[in-house]
Amino acid sequence: MEDTPARRARHAVTVPYFEFREVLAVRPEDAGRWRSLADLRGRRVATLGATMAYDLLLAAKDSFGLVPVSYDDDVHPYTDLVAGRVDAVLLDHIIAKRRSSPSFVIQPQAVATGYYIGVLAKADSLLRDSVNVVLIAAMRDGTLEQIYRRWNVWDEGQGDLFRRVQGAQGQMVGAQHAAPLQIQAYLPSLARAAAITLLLSFVSMGIAVVVGLVLATARVYGGTVTRALATVYVEVVRGTPLLLQLFVIYYGLAGVVRLPAFLAAVLALGLNYAAYEAEIYRGALEAVAAAQLEAARTLGFSETQILRLVRGPQALRYALAPMTNDFVALLKDSSLVSVITVVELTKQTAIYATNVGSWIVAGLLCAVVYLAMSLPLARLARRFERRWSVT
Amino acid sequence: MNALLRITDLGVRFGTRDVLRDLSFEVKRGEIVALMGPSGVGKSTALRAVAALQPFSSGRIEVDGFTLAPGPVPPQSRLTPLRRQVGLVFQAHALFEHLSARDNVTLALRHVLGKSDADAESTARALLDSLDVGARADAWPRQLSGGEAQRVAIARALALDPALLLLDEPTAALDPTRRGALSATLKALAAGGRGLLVATHDAEFARGTADRVVALTTA
Repeated sequence: MEDTPARRARHAVTVPYFEFREVLAVRPEDAGRWRSLADLRGRRVATLGATMAYDLLLAAKDSFGLVPVSYDDDVHPYTDLVAGRVDAVLLDHIIAKRRSSPSFVIQPQAVATGYYIGVLAKADSLLRDSVNVVLIAAMRDGTLEQIYRRWNVWDEGQGDLFRRVQGAQGQMVGAQHAAPLQIQAYLPSLARAAAITLLLSFVSMGIAVVVGLVLATARVYGGTVTRALATVYVEVVRGTPLLLQLFVIYYGLAGVVRLPAFLAAVLALGLNYAAYEAEIYRGALEAVAAAQLEAARTLGFSETQILRLVRGPQALRYALAPMTNDFVALLKDSSLVSVITVVELTKQTAIYATNVGSWIVAGLLCAVVYLAMSLPLARLARRFERRWSVT
Repeated sequence: MNALLRITDLGVRFGTRDVLRDLSFEVKRGEIVALMGPSGVGKSTALRAVAALQPFSSGRIEVDGFTLAPGPVPPQSRLTPLRRQVGLVFQAHALFEHLSARDNVTLALRHVLGKSDADAESTARALLDSLDVGARADAWPRQLSGGEAQRVAIARALALDPALLLLDEPTAALDPTRRGALSATLKALAAGGRGLLVATHDAEFARGTADRVVALTTA
């Protein structure tokens, strides 16, 4: 694993056994102008979340004004680079080499250097010492070099590292990082992430309500074909995972339309929840007593007026409580969109937790923020239920 | 005097069962006709057919020159003349649950007749007052007693000033004293020139209220 101060503080770590370089990958046409992080002002730079490279990008965001984009895997940063969704990728040179293709260029100048270490439980320091003995022996007798050469990852940097490790006799050799982020410094990014979660949820719910109304109206009033189409939509969306829908909209459609991550996220959430809203509205419309509709007909209202003036308002009262409950569910489901690089509340928490090496404080803070958003909504739903349960 | 409502050889069939067969009668302006018979004999079905809520299989229904023919109920857009001439008071009132008593009456005035809010309000106020429920104008339907709800439902049915008023079992939820008052109300409406068709199984009420009784018997 990467050598970080947090890992050193919380675990028993081995001597470094590999030196890696953080390298930039850019599209061939940009190779001449984007050679370092400083050249990438205002540009989107991708990497794997919760890594040294991500920390470097966060620091460069403040000093150079670039935009860090975090991924959960090391494949999609490069596919999105080729697709034009991001302008550069910063990752360990062995990852870049493994992904290398004619569609992008790896800049020769390293942005930073880091080390891989073995990590054991704090209590296992004796075992760690034995691992160190084995590692240093393998460095001395050339076994490790042989392995690296066989896998084509050997370079001069490794030889230097081996000499330094043997010279220090297992003493600290490693990258020097900034100290872990303090809580006070973390709060602004937590607030920003919470705002993104709220924005995501409200925009998605807006889409869900509008599309849900159209679907429900189609199912209640439509002809055979319209009804069948709406039913197929509802069943397909409810019958497949939201995660899959996110991937399809963000990566699957990339060949046809290249949606920005946030837009893809609200579309996926909105279109997914639309299916559930549609079922709520359909049930609510059908719950309005037939006599209410007949009374309206005898008074000469058109069918559209009946929907607008009588059936709709009455159905809304049946729908409000389940809708509010759905909104609370959506608020929590919005955490799924971190898989397509949107940094919302849960993702921000994961980043912070990895940075400080503990989930306790980060997790509690995150839970408090979610509860602060969802509890008032749950209360609202109960009020709706009480107010309109008896008619 | 020409009949306001003329029903000729009306037949209604549910599947293979005749609910109504060869029913013929008339209602004139200023007249109260009671449609009598035991439960299930088709009184409500006849009212629903006249109000174009229910298709019928044979015969003819004419309301003030507008004719309904056998077959499916025509679309709402073709029923405008009938809707202006026929008001229906449902047995269970079917007041709009999401509207106050007043707005139950103003809704059609505003959205069907296109009256201004002020006009609609004053018409509703006058109707509710004339039926002795003006004081309950702001109440929700679920807050009204059975008798009050029925009078609000009559006011709503009268909002478009129909010539023919249909009432389905109006005494079902009334105590005896309210029954007398209802009888007086209906007589006053008839005296004003409307025709009333009242489906009821309450013989005493029919005798005390109706000018004529049409008795339905099981086939």
